[in-house]
Amino acid sequence: MDLIELDGVEKVFDVRRRTGFMRREKRQVRAVDGISFTIPRGEMVGYIGPNGAGKSTTIKMLTGILTPSGGRLRVAGIDPARERTRLASRIGVVFGQRTTLWWDLPLKDSYRLMHRMYRIPDARFAANMERCVELLDLAELLDVPVRQLSLGQRMRGDIAAALLHDPEVLYLDEPTIGLDVVSKSKVRQFLRDLNAELGTTVLLTTHDLTDIEQLCKRVMVIDHGRLMYDGALAGLHEVGESERMLVVDLEQELPPVETDLARVVKVEGPRQWLAFPASVSAAPLVAQLAASYPLLDLSVREPDIEAVIAKMYAGGADGAQGARLV
Amino acid sequence: MVPVRGRLALARDGFRAYGLIAMMWVRSTMAYRASFALTTLGSFLGTGLDFVAVLLMFGHVERLGGFSLGEVAFLYGVAGSALGIGDLLMGTMGRVGLRVRDGTLDTLLVRPVPVLAQLAADQFALRRIGRITQGLAVLVYAVVQLDEVQWTPLKVLMVPMMLLSGGAIFAALFTMGGAFQFLAQDAAEVQSAFTFGGNALLQYPPTVFAKDLVRGVTFLLPLAFVNWIPVMYVLGRPYPLDVPEWFAFAPPVVAVGFWVVAGLLWRAGLRSYRSTGS
Amino acid sequence: MRWRLYALVAAGGFRRYATYRAATLAGVFTNTVFGFILAYTYTALWDQRPHLGGYELPQALAYVWIGQALLAAASLMGGGFETDLMERIRTGAIVTDLYRPADLQLWWLASDLGRGAFQLLGRGVVPMAVGSLAFELAVPTPWWRWPAFLGSVFLGLVVSFALRYLVALSAFWLLDGAGVTQVSWLAGMFFSGMLLPLNLFPGLLGEVARALPWSALLQVPADVYLGVRTGWDLLAAYAFQAGWAVALLTVGRTLQAAATRRVVVQGG
Repeated sequence: MDLIELDGVEKVFDVRRRTGFMRREKRQVRAVDGISFTIPRGEMVGYIGPNGAGKSTTIKMLTGILTPSGGRLRVAGIDPARERTRLASRIGVVFGQRTTLWWDLPLKDSYRLMHRMYRIPDARFAANMERCVELLDLAELLDVPVRQLSLGQRMRGDIAAALLHDPEVLYLDEPTIGLDVVSKSKVRQFLRDLNAELGTTVLLTTHDLTDIEQLCKRVMVIDHGRLMYDGALAGLHEVGESERMLVVDLEQELPPVETDLARVVKVEGPRQWLAFPASVSAAPLVAQLAASYPLLDLSVREPDIEAVIAKMYAGGADGAQGARLV
Repeated sequence: MVPVRGRLALARDGFRAYGLIAMMWVRSTMAYRASFALTTLGSFLGTGLDFVAVLLMFGHVERLGGFSLGEVAFLYGVAGSALGIGDLLMGTMGRVGLRVRDGTLDTLLVRPVPVLAQLAADQFALRRIGRITQGLAVLVYAVVQLDEVQWTPLKVLMVPMMLLSGGAIFAALFTMGGAFQFLAQDAAEVQSAFTFGGNALLQYPPTVFAKDLVRGVTFLLPLAFVNWIPVMYVLGRPYPLDVPEWFAFAPPVVAVGFWVVAGLLWRAGLRSYRSTGS
Repeated sequence: MRWRLYALVAAGGFRRYATYRAATLAGVFTNTVFGFILAYTYTALWDQRPHLGGYELPQALAYVWIGQALLAAASLMGGGFETDLMERIRTGAIVTDLYRPADLQLWWLASDLGRGAFQLLGRGVVPMAVGSLAFELAVPTPWWRWPAFLGSVFLGLVVSFALRYLVALSAFWLLDGAGVTQVSWLAGMFFSGMLLPLNLFPGLLGEVARALPWSALLQVPADVYLGVRTGWDLLAAYAFQAGWAVALLTVGRTLQAAATRRVVVQGG
């Protein structure tokens, strides 16, 4: 059985807007518009999309914070909206921008409270604490009130708090937002280990595609409340009909090179950038160029996901959806 | 909504979580004993000011609305202590709107204990015993002053009954105020009109107020059961409305009933939050 | 051209509070509820002792509703700029304020007067109107007593600001400002006349209460409204308020200068 199952899940909000002094306008917004997917145990999945696409709404439904307007949703066999508190001890949640820790209290007081609140057996708690303190580098922060922690320190504290009760699934909403490079890599390493060693299922939303590239084999893209793509990270490139970039260094400054296999997107002194379809081999293009131009050096750059997704959005839903699943 | 474990288990979890969280706040408060002592004293003095106003009034008159200083002090002491208990237990419900607005309510919803318990225990402020202490001090003063009351065992027992029931009624009011903030997030002050306003009302004898107002707080919003009706029985004075005598012993029942209403309103509020996310 | 700047700051203070519609409505409701409760107790008091403190019943009732109308505007229960300012002092953000080409005290005064103006309109007018519908209140006659009252309210707001500015500046020297805030709140409640008109305070306590600056916030404006202070006595009332305003603002400036030196030296 899959750990997480969504079948045609919807969430419709009534949005009231003030249009005049006393007048209000009411309209319906479909924040999540019929989403279906399943996640088996132990998988690490990236959930991405632009702001307002419905990512957070999905997470809130998966945790039981929000009640879905339609469809069927199960996490570990439990309907989150109906049995929120029962589900709560089997999941861990990290909200990037809001802490689940007690703001005015030292970090360790929050953990002590989690210990009792989640009824974690003493031995488990001690073991988990030890692991988190070591891997997330928390030893020196335990006596510091949460409000005095830096964003990166707080995030590490929050991740530990979400894991003390051995959750089967961990939801991370923007876990690296606003973190410095060192903190980011520490957090990523920890999540990788967690998934590999304990087999914890992880679903993370993020703006930072490096998170996905480094952590997730599977990625889901949501936009306007609909699932646009669900599959391997590599496959996203094809779907987005993305382009790779051939960067050539010529012996001297020349006008844009002439070729029917690519188009020149940028010229900077003797260096030129040529875009060609990602699904095509670079060899014919390189051969063609080498035959007619004096080349000093060349390199092929893979497309970054950001550009791919941007392209997908620009292309609209149809192409992408047709290409793969849903 | 909770088919598996049942309500009773959930309520037990709630009380347990409340205790855990409140204890943690108390422990952290006690790290700064001097500050705690000062703020408690401030709370004691601050609430004492209303009573100074009463004393100043009685510097000019013998009776107010037909009641002596001792009698008014008795009303004041019961109302003040009851509000103090409600405020100590549920006073932080004024922060619901804030937590909805800044989105931190969500963090409480992913924990395995009832949200109400978490919210009520959040920032548990032990300094609020200052208000209870002040109320009790005035109550003691009143009992000393009231030499005309014939104290029977029943009347003596009625004092703790009033304090606990009254505390529960005020606590329910704080809860309703919290539920209302799901609807209007900035309107925390409405809650004060009923809780602190209710206390200000009950500090004075019912004879002072218009009959319609007295009817309202007897039959609609059961504030009169905090002190007015039972205290009239203790003092052996008639209540300005025609109510059966057993009303004087009804506060515990009224408190339970009022809590049922508060619970339903709270659930409705939380449900609306969970369907709208705002 | 400085005045243009401060007028803009005041307008900003006004607008900032004007955006909290629900909070304003809630405040109006609460002020009205308290107004009713106090009005009934005052009625009972004046029924027993007509002419108490030199007021007739309609005057005493008007006093109740003036108190509710001025409660938010004059920050009789606190709640104005001082929490912001204390936070800025504590976090050190105040340093940037000190380098601004505007006077710190005047800046906050303008902003607080803007807030006061909004709360006078937003939270004062409705309770007063409800009160005058439900009870028979004394009304100022002749008409010029209205502007005289508003003048006194204005001076009261300045004194209120000057007091709270001192409270806020204490954050330069004290780590935890809660104690000072609390004492200032207690004094404000008691000595402004919010609890009970100061002319009901007995003997020496009454004399002292009426001489302290807090009486400028409510008691003095109310007496101007009620026609207790007219003619030369009106001028004396203004002089009393203005005197405290100038004295307290001057103390504020002195403290501010001392604090600035401290910050600049520390900031090095």
